[in-house]
Amino acid sequence: MDARAEAGVTASFRPGVFADGVRFVLENPGLIADKTGEHLVLSGAAIGLALLLAIPLGVVLGHAHRGSFLAVNVGNVGRALPSLAVIAIGVAFLGIGFANVLVALVVLAVPPMLTNAYVAVDEADADAVDAARAMGMSPAQVLLRVELPLAAPLLFAGIRTSSVYVVATATIAAVAGGGGLGEIIVDQASYRLEGVVGAALCVSALALAVDVVFAALQRAVTPPGVRSRVPAFEPEVSAARTAV
Amino acid sequence: MNRPVIPDFGRGSDCVRENRLFCGEWVRDNWEGVLLPRLVEHVELTLVAVAVGFAIAFAAAVAAHRLPRLETPFAFVAAFLYTIPSLALFQLLVPVTGLTVATVQVALVGYTLLVLFRNVLTGLQSVPPDALEAARGMGLTRRQTLWRVELPLALPALLAGVRIAVVTTVSLATVAAFVLPRGLGQPIFDALREYFTTKLIAAGVLAVLLAVAADALLVLAGRAVTPWTRARRPA
Repeated sequence: MDARAEAGVTASFRPGVFADGVRFVLENPGLIADKTGEHLVLSGAAIGLALLLAIPLGVVLGHAHRGSFLAVNVGNVGRALPSLAVIAIGVAFLGIGFANVLVALVVLAVPPMLTNAYVAVDEADADAVDAARAMGMSPAQVLLRVELPLAAPLLFAGIRTSSVYVVATATIAAVAGGGGLGEIIVDQASYRLEGVVGAALCVSALALAVDVVFAALQRAVTPPGVRSRVPAFEPEVSAARTAV
Repeated sequence: MNRPVIPDFGRGSDCVRENRLFCGEWVRDNWEGVLLPRLVEHVELTLVAVAVGFAIAFAAAVAAHRLPRLETPFAFVAAFLYTIPSLALFQLLVPVTGLTVATVQVALVGYTLLVLFRNVLTGLQSVPPDALEAARGMGLTRRQTLWRVELPLALPALLAGVRIAVVTTVSLATVAAFVLPRGLGQPIFDALREYFTTKLIAAGVLAVLLAVAADALLVLAGRAVTPWTRARRPA
């Protein structure tokens, strides 16, 4: 059977389809809430795991000024990874379902976090670090009281990029049984074009909300003294990708 | 398209019939018939989308550089396009442009615009005022200043944008196979339905390799055309 015929991708386009999409969301609050919940659980788990893996490693490497090759190249290769291909390879090894999709999303979420954490700590103002050392701070104190506060804005930029990306990519996870709002988007036969549009609007809104929340967090963790130095335009790593 | 109606695990070996994790001989047997044509299609989709996207974004960025009023509306449209999940956008375009390559291309081009526009414009805006003044002092016209001073200086930012646009497009073009059987996404979606692991791994790995290779190639090309960015950096 053909996926396209199966999904019923043949509906005719009406300009009112966006309004219909909004109506679909309003008329099916239970369904949307369920799928949004699944979407958030999947994304949240992936973001959480990626944080645990990437941030300590990036911070430690940056503090030691070692492994730049690893940190930077993981970032570059990771950014290039096509999400559907990663999910497909994950399915081959782990089967259809939540676990495989979770692993694939973690693989996609780690690189921007790792690279940004590394670069942020590695490039923390060397004079400030020297001064801290001269004041008799231990390496741990230097890391916690000087390097990390200075690194916070860039470090959080990486977390923010990753999180928005994961929330958007979790949509594709539906093709591999990951659940979430993507399940409505890939099933036009059941939910029709208005369902697809409605769920897509929800994903966009969710990604936007995550971006806003993390932007606020980013501001909150930035020490006042560093605030003016936050770059107006984010470096390439953070602006990497959100479209999925 | 003469694709079989029943799942086709190939004509062959025990490995394929038992659907073991990865069967090298399936890849050999289907390289010319399945994998290579899809790879070529994928490269075509990517090249056309990035070329068209670049032409639009470049013109828009140069215009916005001259007339800053234009920046916000264009950036807004591009950013809006960027937030629509691709799985949905491809389906949304089907009723407009039909089940054709145009549907896929319109969406792919749309997704390249934001990155390319932003990077070209940032590159043009970050040209040092001294260089502009020197150009004016040498009597260059506006057009000459753009082509001989501003664009060369904007080249690194511009190339960084192209790089991101290319890898993003490679990724999104796999998703496009959800509506149109073209590119490496097609064997992936087929294999997901059939749960045929060899095909999943072969097509998935090919897509990953294509993206990584394109990325590496653009880094090298970038270094070749901007030798000064290397010379300035201390060792």
